Amino acid sequence: MASIFQGIGAATSISSSASFDTMKLQFSSPRSISGKKANCVVMRSGGAKMDSGSSRNGGRADQLVTNAVAAKADTPAASTASKPGHELLLFEALREGLEEEMERDARVCVMGEDVGHYGGSYKVTRGLAEKYGDLRVLDTPIAENSFTGMGIGAAMTGLRPIIEGMNMGFLLLAFNQISNNCGMLHYTSGGQFKIPVVIRGPGGVGRQLGAEHSQRLESYFQSIPGIQMVACSTPYNAKGLMKAAIRSDNPVILFEHVLLYNLKERIPDEEYVLNLEEAEMVRPGEHVTILTYSRMRYHVMQAAKTLVNKGYDPEVIDIRSLKPFDLYTIGNSIKKTHRVLIVEECMRTGGIGASLTAAITENFHDYLDAPIMCLSSQDVPTPYAGTLEEWTVVQPPQIVAAVEQLCR
Amino acid sequence: MASSCLTKTKHNIIISIFKSISISKSKSSFTNRTSTSTNSLSSPVPKYAAYSKTNRTIGFNRCYEQAYFSRRLHSTVSVSNDVAQLVVEPPSQQFLDFPGGKVNFTRKLMFTSNSTAERVHCYRVLDDNGQPFNDSESLKISKELAVKMYTNMVTLEVMDTVFYESQRQGRISFYATTTGEEAINIASAAALNNNDFVFPQYREPGVLLWRGFTLQEFANQLFGNKFEYGKGRQMPIHYGSRKHSYFTVASTVATQIPHAVGAAYSLKMEKQDSCVITYFGDGGTSTADFHAAMNFAAVTEVPVIFFCRNNGWAISTPVHEQFRSDGVVVKGKAYGVPSIRIDGNDALAIYNAVHEARKMAIKEQTPVLIEALTYRAGHHTTSDDSTRYRSIDEIEKWRGDQSPIKRFRKWIENEGWWNDVAESEYRSSIRKQVAQAIQVAERIEKPPVADMFNDVYDVPPRNLNEQEVFVRKTVTKHRRDYPSDVPL
Repeated sequence: MASIFQGIGAATSISSSASFDTMKLQFSSPRSISGKKANCVVMRSGGAKMDSGSSRNGGRADQLVTNAVAAKADTPAASTASKPGHELLLFEALREGLEEEMERDARVCVMGEDVGHYGGSYKVTRGLAEKYGDLRVLDTPIAENSFTGMGIGAAMTGLRPIIEGMNMGFLLLAFNQISNNCGMLHYTSGGQFKIPVVIRGPGGVGRQLGAEHSQRLESYFQSIPGIQMVACSTPYNAKGLMKAAIRSDNPVILFEHVLLYNLKERIPDEEYVLNLEEAEMVRPGEHVTILTYSRMRYHVMQAAKTLVNKGYDPEVIDIRSLKPFDLYTIGNSIKKTHRVLIVEECMRTGGIGASLTAAITENFHDYLDAPIMCLSSQDVPTPYAGTLEEWTVVQPPQIVAAVEQLCR
Repeated sequence: MASSCLTKTKHNIIISIFKSISISKSKSSFTNRTSTSTNSLSSPVPKYAAYSKTNRTIGFNRCYEQAYFSRRLHSTVSVSNDVAQLVVEPPSQQFLDFPGGKVNFTRKLMFTSNSTAERVHCYRVLDDNGQPFNDSESLKISKELAVKMYTNMVTLEVMDTVFYESQRQGRISFYATTTGEEAINIASAAALNNNDFVFPQYREPGVLLWRGFTLQEFANQLFGNKFEYGKGRQMPIHYGSRKHSYFTVASTVATQIPHAVGAAYSLKMEKQDSCVITYFGDGGTSTADFHAAMNFAAVTEVPVIFFCRNNGWAISTPVHEQFRSDGVVVKGKAYGVPSIRIDGNDALAIYNAVHEARKMAIKEQTPVLIEALTYRAGHHTTSDDSTRYRSIDEIEKWRGDQSPIKRFRKWIENEGWWNDVAESEYRSSIRKQVAQAIQVAERIEKPPVADMFNDVYDVPPRNLNEQEVFVRKTVTKHRRDYPSDVPL
């Protein structure tokens, strides 16, 4: 991550970093001569380390580029000397993205249960109500279908609401509004009314939250026409996806994960926006393509360590965009490795993995040397007991075994 | 009898109790509101829905009367017919400050009744013969406005008849009439500004008509041709027009009610001088969306008018099987929303009520609930034959003298602004125009295949592009198996 950004002194030039192909912008603004560091922003769409072969065309380019302001206020004093950027937790990154967008556009507002003075049950909206007022950060009564409907109505009349479900599972109550109205009204009105909402919330299997609070809603929402779905997994992509989702004119559902909120990472000081339809190359490799998203990314990376020790070279892609799939990145990877393993947290039946399997089979069948393997949770409600809960989620040893079987 | 028993102390007690039972946000304007408002202790409501301070005293005495009576009659447990348990007791430990506000205690174990002795009264300006009551407080409307309202109502009626017939002839696939509710459609639209947002259910094309939607535009939507604003994607009668501030009809019942609250919220954020109105039927008030939206609107204090067309029937379900409350107007009180019941077949009553509600909504930033009692004189839609569940006599009665068009016509004829000749001329002219619009709309070609894939997103993604290519290929290959009036 740090390799992308280089602070320059008044006269030093940037040394190129080998791991990515970039659009580099070098700024020596007059202000930097006085001794302050000017940050140069190097933007590469997507994640930290990108495969040098892939280049972006198609989709909508959203790189937010240059902001050559000496922004020293953000970085803590200790790291001034060595690393640029600032460290924060994932929920803080979400909040930062949210706050920057609220600052930038007065039409952005937040509504949900306990988002106001309480700051949100996962503190994503902490401090926003004090700063922007009760009306812009609205505490709603407990009626998900209605406050989702309210967000849709507000969006049709020009606001850009962010609707927070306290837990993704509660959005099942809002399914009618999301499917029948949010996804449809732009179409059925003949394009007259657009609905730029962001629906977000934590989902996934947590630590003993019980079956009702461990839902994976991406599998239910994935066939609704008219909506986009993205899943964040790191503070970097959380902030970037949040900003992109808010700026998008389509309704976007942003899936966060309950257990990832306290991940810490160093993210750039400069403003950046990610592309909603792109996948992220986490670890380039040669032997097998592992497709995953959200929390499973970390299980996969853990398994990858073991696999590397055993002599395998997995390519790990965080698909990030759940609807539509980034078949470009995925396809390139498959053409290279010819073997696919999908690791997801959804149930086996009708989950994201099932759709992805179908999409890959349809498009890249000729490139496959082995049938696609898909590791998912069982088709059971998530048990409360800790040990049982652990067994419903895919664990690293299973991933290692699956890769070994694929690569036989 | 009760009034004479009022001693000074007891009178003071009542006053202090009354004052302390003020609901949390006790703005002074509350006390000025129509007596059906949340703050009213008295039930039944006085006849005139006017802002009258004297009503409060009347309410007082009535309350006390019944309370005094019940004190005499009952033992420990009783059921009172009065909504307010205003029992007179010596002031001992009066109240406790619970979350939500102060509440007085009572030592009587008394349940509120499931119904009141008398139903909430209904505001009306014109009598059955179209004559205004002498003492009615009605806005003076000009001849131009009155004639415009009447002619629009007639246009709506003729349009409904001709379009309905065209469905029966197989020229369009579906239609729903507004028969019996023309006054609601036109008079409410007339009382609003053209830029007030409208979130309709599906029986309010008259609002669009009032705002200038032409007969040709209606016909285009019904035929789903390339000129209609929805680009041929929705069923007939699902009109929508951004330039008329009329949000596209969705088939789902009552989903537009929370949308309306959200739109009102955006008006409040942007401090605009306009309001939102949303329409729904008696059936729609049973949905979850209605209740939560009313609650939200009250909590967020947004300028929205909830207009309920209580027409007695939800397809085949009569109101007695829909709810057991006193209609819809009492539900406003439950949510803290000022409400009123009006005669939905009386155009002037509707005009007055909506005009006043709009002022109130904007000035005080509050939702308002209007329940308009009326009758669905036509079938639910062309897929329904209502004679199967209700008597033809009942339908004929409401199409007769109670018809809103007939009653209003009597009034404007009495004022000298209309006559038989004008009527027949106007009707035949409109009929010709509607028939002409149908003919023209029928011949226009349908939207192209590309419109099947546009607007799902702002930019079609790759999978939709692939699917479109596939459809085009298939249609080109098997041209004869596909309709010829859909261009590629």
